[in-house]
Amino acid sequence: MNKQRRDVLKYSAVFGMMAAAGLISEAQAQAWNKAAFEGKSLDDVFKILGSAPEKSGAVTLNAPDIAENGAVVPVGISTTLKADQMAILVEKNPSTLAALFFVPAGTEPFVTTRIKMGQTSNVYALVKADGKWLMSSKEVKVTLGGCGG
Amino acid sequence: MADPMRVRATESGGVVDVKILMKHDMESGQRKDAAGKVIPAWFISTLNVKAQGNDVFNAQFGPAVSKDPFLNFKYKGAKGDKLVVIWIDSKGDKRTDEATVA
Repeated sequence: MNKQRRDVLKYSAVFGMMAAAGLISEAQAQAWNKAAFEGKSLDDVFKILGSAPEKSGAVTLNAPDIAENGAVVPVGISTTLKADQMAILVEKNPSTLAALFFVPAGTEPFVTTRIKMGQTSNVYALVKADGKWLMSSKEVKVTLGGCGG
Repeated sequence: MADPMRVRATESGGVVDVKILMKHDMESGQRKDAAGKVIPAWFISTLNVKAQGNDVFNAQFGPAVSKDPFLNFKYKGAKGDKLVVIWIDSKGDKRTDEATVA
């Protein structure tokens, strides 16, 4: 193989890796974090996100004590910290990580969404601020499981 | 193409409150059909919201987000901001909707 073709292949491989790593355009949405969403346990997901979070009173998890319908559980995160990422984890769900949020400058570290819960479980609100993950959690009781089982 | 999303954005005190209701089945891949076969996972995986061309929110969803996903977030903005919301799902289907901040 001549040198030119080798270079093109080399650069496109590097380019591809950089794109996959999200290094190229921060302005665009990061590529879907497949590994994190396939994590089967809290520890799995913590490891992939970077580090095990510390409990913090500065992170607020808004979730009901009892969810009447496990298919639609309103969950929200808010924090007084300058967060650039937030995440919702459901300990007993088949896929632990429910959602991951990226907060650009100028956006408040606040989000509300609705998730499915298969059964009563601890729900975790994670927040990344200053390179560190912090969290708050509570148990949400589910009377009717949300995974159709 | 998929059904349109409902986007409501209102500004108060320099902060825009954005509520989005997307239309999507969000199959978790956990359910079985009447014949006992697993219904494959199919869900919105990424969502990007731009105001005046700049990112104001990025979300990644897993299969555990509820059907017809709802999202509420807030950013520093102004009335008249043009919002563009784009989602992409696990099959590569894409949907773009726009709204103006009231």
